[in-house]
Amino acid sequence: MASKPNVGVVIVSHSSKVAEGTADMVRQMVGDAVPLAAVGGNPDGGLGTHMTLVLAALQKAWSEAGVVILVDLGGAETNSEMAIEMMAPERRDRIVICNAPLVEGAVMAATESSGGSPLEVVRHAAEELMAGR
Amino acid sequence: MPEARPSAELTNRVGLHARPSVKLTQIAKRFSARIEIATSLDGPWTDAKSPVKIMRIKAVRGEILHVKAFGADAASAVAAVVDLVQRNFDEE
Repeated sequence: MASKPNVGVVIVSHSSKVAEGTADMVRQMVGDAVPLAAVGGNPDGGLGTHMTLVLAALQKAWSEAGVVILVDLGGAETNSEMAIEMMAPERRDRIVICNAPLVEGAVMAATESSGGSPLEVVRHAAEELMAGR
Repeated sequence: MPEARPSAELTNRVGLHARPSVKLTQIAKRFSARIEIATSLDGPWTDAKSPVKIMRIKAVRGEILHVKAFGADAASAVAAVVDLVQRNFDEE
């Protein structure tokens, strides 16, 4: 099988515990074939999200196949959008924020990614959770 | 066109819960064939490469999973899925 890079998954929560716990679930259920990074909390160790932490996560999980971001509440999304803007221009259009629940979306996206699916298919796998319930 | 439709009983404790569903789709994705599973031969048939759809079947222990596949590697794809179910998803 040709070794094509898998789409990366970034988890952004207001809580470091939620972020780490979600990443644990992804690793245990899906394995290590997917670039993965999880951030939560602000730099002082409190609840919140911070653009520079999200940016570091995007760089850590970067894949030439692209990256999907799973977020929990409002600030996680706006800080993710700002972090995307800080990425190199040629990478920005390969980073998408999924409209999906954080934990389930991360597991579904990683599952899809681990099979080598392209960015839009990985995003769809996460967002499919919200459709047709 | 006749097709093989093997089946396997779900004998693992939790049935098609999250983790077994993820494993099943990961195995299915190794094949180019379109693979579908159902708990009845009358369907509905579900895309075995979609973890969301597989989990929605909510199949429990004791149900029979029917497997069919279309494409060049269909036979080995069906065999791999049936084998995974018979191995209890390597969980027990």
